[in-house]
Amino acid sequence: MNQRIYHIILPLITGALFLAAWHIAVKCSGSDIFPTPLEVLRGLGELARQGLLLKYIVASLFRVSWGFGLAVLIGVPLGLVLGWFRPAFAALNPFIQILRPISPIAWIPVAILWFGVKDTAPVFLIFLASVFPITVSAMAAVQNMQQVYLRAAQNFGLSGFPLFRRVIFPAALPQVITGIRIALGVAWLVVVAAEMIAVNSGLGYLIIDARNAGKRYDLVVAGMVMIGLIGLILDWLVRSLEKFDEVRWGYGQR
Amino acid sequence: METIITVRDCWMSFGSTHVLERVNLDVAQGEFVCVVGPSGCGKSTLLNIVGGFLRETKGTVAVEGAPVTGPDPGRIFVFQENGVFPWLTVEQNIGFGLLSRPAAERDERVKHYTAMVGLTGFERSYPRELSGGMRQRVEIARALAADARVLYMDEPFGALDFLTRLKMRADLIRIWQAEKKTIVFVTHDIEEAVQLADRVLVMTKRPATIAEEVRVDLPRPRDLDSPGYLAARDRIFSIMGMDAHGGGAV
Repeated sequence: MNQRIYHIILPLITGALFLAAWHIAVKCSGSDIFPTPLEVLRGLGELARQGLLLKYIVASLFRVSWGFGLAVLIGVPLGLVLGWFRPAFAALNPFIQILRPISPIAWIPVAILWFGVKDTAPVFLIFLASVFPITVSAMAAVQNMQQVYLRAAQNFGLSGFPLFRRVIFPAALPQVITGIRIALGVAWLVVVAAEMIAVNSGLGYLIIDARNAGKRYDLVVAGMVMIGLIGLILDWLVRSLEKFDEVRWGYGQR
Repeated sequence: METIITVRDCWMSFGSTHVLERVNLDVAQGEFVCVVGPSGCGKSTLLNIVGGFLRETKGTVAVEGAPVTGPDPGRIFVFQENGVFPWLTVEQNIGFGLLSRPAAERDERVKHYTAMVGLTGFERSYPRELSGGMRQRVEIARALAADARVLYMDEPFGALDFLTRLKMRADLIRIWQAEKKTIVFVTHDIEEAVQLADRVLVMTKRPATIAEEVRVDLPRPRDLDSPGYLAARDRIFSIMGMDAHGGGAV
């Protein structure tokens, strides 16, 4: 019962209070442009009827799937290798640390130059945004691995690929998944920014288009709400990976 | 009995810190040897050298007739901080060293050693679901299942509570008598050493060497109130410059 109060009822109360405050604030300010929660809901309904809502969500998820998927495919192995081989780390880490703090937004002109205003540009931006957190966390996971696992494995005669597959990879996995989770959050942030500039579909495009094409702020906020909800679902999906027995040990007592 | 571990004039330094000096050591096959000494004296360093995880600065270290160049699957280390793999179940851990064997033999050995360390019923549990004592049992079973001839134990019970420690000692002796392994056991606990060992090697402060060895010729299981037990214990205390009642210098 207590659990239920904490995790369901309390957030519902907060949400209701927030919506009420929002509604009252709009009414009191007398704004014609900024929507009330109800108008946003109507806006969502309108988008859904036109078939745009689903289309834009799919478009955004499609770009994230590609960019983020490529980042996982490249970032995880790259990070593990960099964490394990000191020369590789010495050679590449400074380069990565310089590229990492450059915001993906700064890459937008370059992405347009290289890829034009097609899907490739936002995919590239999402890839850039997510590949660094993934690589760095995989690298740190190997470097910070408990020495005792390595020694035990070597004691049993493991080396080379079997050592990697049976000990280094599973030992690093919990932290790799944490990196993937952070990267997915960043990827979802960036897809919206990328779609505002480079393409003509997706939730980011919806926001900028609703603003430009007639100050439809009900649709702007509707887009924001969808972004938030989908972000929550994506995080929940990756979080559920952390519940597997093979990695649960890595997250302390939860 | 045949000598299987020979350390001759072994020196060890980390930079300018001299840890071991002129260490000589012999361990016979099937013998249970404990190494005791003050905290930080280099007992673990010595064990790590014999186990192949560290290279001595100078000297000769030979095990089973060959110089030690690295860790060996026939000689398994049991770590104080517990080297059981948390991503594997109890039975997967115990079978870790057996992957090259036929499945039937592997299952048989895992089952046998799971029972020997008293973990039957926990085969599918993960280490995080076990107590500290049970995790050390998994690690010991993993070494035995892989058919290690020698066990190097580095304060394996140091993190356990008092009662668990007593039980683990009794079980270790039972297992050692059944399996006839050679065991080198490092501890800072003098009572533990006297309860377990055929022979206790007492180390000095750093830079450490072996000050003296005390043979403990008492039948097992040992009576902790017997005159022989108390005499051996007090002998070690006095070698370390203390008495058993808490006096003297450390």
